[in-house]
Amino acid sequence: MTTDIPALELVPRTDEKQSAKDFKSDQEVRWCPGCGDYAILAAVQGFLPSLGLKRENIVFVSGIGCSSRFPYYLDTYGVHSIHGRAPAIATGLSVSRPDLSVWVITGDGDALSIGGNHLIHALRRNVNLKILLFNNRIYGLTKGQYSPTSEVGKITKSTPLGSLDYPFNPVSLALGAEATFVARTIDSDRKHLTSVLAQAAAHEGAALVEIYQNCNIFNDGAFEPLKDAGIRDEHLIRLEAGQPIRFGVDGHRGVVRGSDGQVRVVEVADVAESDLLVHQPGADDPGVAFALSRLVDPETLDKTAIGVFRDVARPSYDRQVREQLAAAGEPASSEDLTALLQGPDTWTVV
Amino acid sequence: MAKERTRRSDVIIRFAGDSGDGMQLTGDRFTSATASFGNDLSTLPDFPAEIRAPAGTLPGVSAFQIHFADHDIMTPGDAPDVLVAMNPAALKANIGDLARGGTIIVNTDEFTKRALQKVGYDSDPLADDSLASYSLHAIPLTSLTVGALESFDITKKEAERAKNMFALGLLSWLYHRPMDQTKVFLTEKFGKKPEILAANLAALEAGWSFGETTETFEVQYEVRPAALPGGTYRNITGNVALSYGLVAAARCSGLGLFLGSYPITPASDILHELSRHKRFGVTTFQAEDEIAGIGAALGAAYGGAIGVTTTSGPGLALKSETLGLAVALELPLVVIDVQRGGPSTGLPTKTEQADLLQAMFGRNGEAPVPIVAPQSPGDCFFAALEAVRIATKYRTPVLLLSDGYLANGAEPWRIPDVADLPDLTVSFTTEPNDTDADGNPVFQPFLRDPQTLARPWAVPGTAGLEHRIGGIEKADVTGAISYDPANHDHMVRTRQAKVDGIAADIPPLVVDDPTGEADVLVLGWGSTYGPIAAACRMVREAGHPVAQAHLRHLNPFPANTGDVLRRYRRVIIPEMNLGQLSLLIRGTFLVDARPVTQVRGLPFRSEDLAEAILAEMPAEQPDMSTLTEESLT
Ligand code: SF4
Repeated sequence: MTTDIPALELVPRTDEKQSAKDFKSDQEVRWCPGCGDYAILAAVQGFLPSLGLKRENIVFVSGIGCSSRFPYYLDTYGVHSIHGRAPAIATGLSVSRPDLSVWVITGDGDALSIGGNHLIHALRRNVNLKILLFNNRIYGLTKGQYSPTSEVGKITKSTPLGSLDYPFNPVSLALGAEATFVARTIDSDRKHLTSVLAQAAAHEGAALVEIYQNCNIFNDGAFEPLKDAGIRDEHLIRLEAGQPIRFGVDGHRGVVRGSDGQVRVVEVADVAESDLLVHQPGADDPGVAFALSRLVDPETLDKTAIGVFRDVARPSYDRQVREQLAAAGEPASSEDLTALLQGPDTWTVV
Repeated sequence: MAKERTRRSDVIIRFAGDSGDGMQLTGDRFTSATASFGNDLSTLPDFPAEIRAPAGTLPGVSAFQIHFADHDIMTPGDAPDVLVAMNPAALKANIGDLARGGTIIVNTDEFTKRALQKVGYDSDPLADDSLASYSLHAIPLTSLTVGALESFDITKKEAERAKNMFALGLLSWLYHRPMDQTKVFLTEKFGKKPEILAANLAALEAGWSFGETTETFEVQYEVRPAALPGGTYRNITGNVALSYGLVAAARCSGLGLFLGSYPITPASDILHELSRHKRFGVTTFQAEDEIAGIGAALGAAYGGAIGVTTTSGPGLALKSETLGLAVALELPLVVIDVQRGGPSTGLPTKTEQADLLQAMFGRNGEAPVPIVAPQSPGDCFFAALEAVRIATKYRTPVLLLSDGYLANGAEPWRIPDVADLPDLTVSFTTEPNDTDADGNPVFQPFLRDPQTLARPWAVPGTAGLEHRIGGIEKADVTGAISYDPANHDHMVRTRQAKVDGIAADIPPLVVDDPTGEADVLVLGWGSTYGPIAAACRMVREAGHPVAQAHLRHLNPFPANTGDVLRRYRRVIIPEMNLGQLSLLIRGTFLVDARPVTQVRGLPFRSEDLAEAILAEMPAEQPDMSTLTEESLT
């Protein structure tokens, strides 16, 4: 049996009832107490049973970094690989094994610094990988250097006078890399995180999910404006497909596309309700999704959008590889092998 | 006019011209005809790295050498008997290699004042007497071709481009080669352009007729078929043989083949070839870089495929971290390095054997990897089978070291019977292999086979065997993360012991010493086999016994290697590097091995090797001027 989710139709489905407990491995979890990774792990363990897949057909592949310890704690198949290379390794696995649901666990350093090349190529190829990028905007495992998503001027051990390099916005990057599914969520918002994971799982092809994750040791409170119940609603734009984009306390703020083509935030009171931009993650043109990813004020995190930015259908690389293999004709026989070895020109010596 | 026919036991021809003159194609066609005629042969393509180096310049010269004979030969030959030079640059770049008294066929149309100046000829070598010691045939190949194609509806440029076919026709006449296959080939190549096809066929015929009718050539040569061992033969290059070996190995193993690769000279042809054989269960993936190439191959291996990655030296350097991961994960993986001149970009189109130590040691930590090396183009097929055998049986990455000479060189290949190919069936682990303290069945991913020390290969999708593996040191048996000092020491030694143990599972080193009297052994590995064998023949012919042994396995060495080496007073190791195998042999066996080295981007000349071997002989040296591989048969 396979699942009802078309993107997972080739992955065998289980009849057994699964619970989060079934996905807990016997390994002791070793993140720092209070690390945001715990919440993500719990959310993933809680979410996986909803897929109804056979546990043995799920594989988690990670690189190096705090987040990359993730596979050890899940009772599925798992590979903890080397720094930055998880998307490449997962690509070979996914392409050769369509009966597997393959997930990549990575971080901001792993995916965007040392592994940047593999990430963008997995996305543009649309390999059937679900890539969870834990972004804590710092290097945790190597003890606190700035990362490619750290804000400019970050004072760290390696940048005592402040970091100079301009950060990546992972959602913007993924959209630029031809990704067919791009989303952002937050470690502490279990409900939102779970719903984004479900949408990623249902997507055929590469799905990039950026998860804002708190590193309470080296970058505590990095996303506090988005978490503090007192202020977060004012800052956080929750993208909902088909809905006008409104946010702020009582929805007093909204997003419009001006006559100059620019996407900007306005007071809803100042515009007609119908002027508000309706979120369309399925739009062919990634331009608006890109603009939404750029609204944020990097200093204050005001106007941070979360949710699914883009979700468009394009055949996965895996599927197209399968189709080419199938179109090549009948599987070769041993006579075919003989013919191959002989080639067109042979001669016989007696 | 019937011409005189002279029989020759062997001939070496070098076709040389501008990169755009089609010399590789010409050589290739001549080779194909020669192969089907039944001669033994060996070829050496030698072309510039630039796709189109400036026309008429020395760096732009592209050459193709073929040695063919009525007996078995080992090398593409040292000094050509015949040089076909399509322009002054080709003449200048190659004349130094030509045997005294050799034949030169030049295209006089290209010997203009400007062209001569471009390559630094002060006076026309065709007009002065600088070529007096050769048999010179100055022929206006271009204008003869254009003349022969006057009636065709093609441009002058297109007519000129057919001059290589004219040359091929002429050489085919001169050496009595059949042209049918070339005609079939041309028909396939130019099927969509009937005028061009007709012109090329006409040029080919015109070249043949020119030989037959003009008085330039008084003699036609004949090289009879060689008496090779019985069987069905084809001509094959190393890269094609290697590709077929991988296809065959996957089939013999019952698994799919997954190639992850990034284009790099001279390995790309393996990617090209394998991408055409999807029906054989072959998936090819052109990765974003070398690292992704091996990464994807490793991922596929984890999933239960024969994972392969192909590259050349600089690419191997990039792959080393992932190769180390494969050592730690203990998964089968085949890494093919078609070596080229280094360091860095080095000489992309030239051959070298200088990656041996990189293959052996080029990783962090103690990360032993078995190494196999083919010894001839056709042998690449069997080396690929052997690499897959070791990788799957021992769950280890294996390095296969080919080189540019093997990759592009060709030889007649006795096609193996598919039924005789080895059984490489792999069985995945599907059941728990241990019980826990309470007697419940459990799966231990690092519980080894006591014989091979291989760990179980349990692929995703196998119920009940869910497990995690990674690059962090693992506890013996359970595979759980472990930083325990004693465990690490144990695991490092165990991984080494696993690779060392392969020595018991490979054939012993075989010595070729016809008289049994030799006290000098010439030891080699890889593509030097041909030149060494030819050199040993010369030395024996000169009255000196000499033994030859050739290593297919470089890690581990065959179990009897030390015993063999110690039987000889002197061990000589010719290598296309600065003595890498010598270093390993000395370090491993405390034998005073003497390296004979060369890093010219070209295979050894057998004569040079014979001299080097003779220099180690006790007796006085014979006169080498009379010694050639050809003269000894
Ligand atoms: S260093 Fe930071 S990211 Fe790493 S485990 Fe500790 S809290 Fe989590």
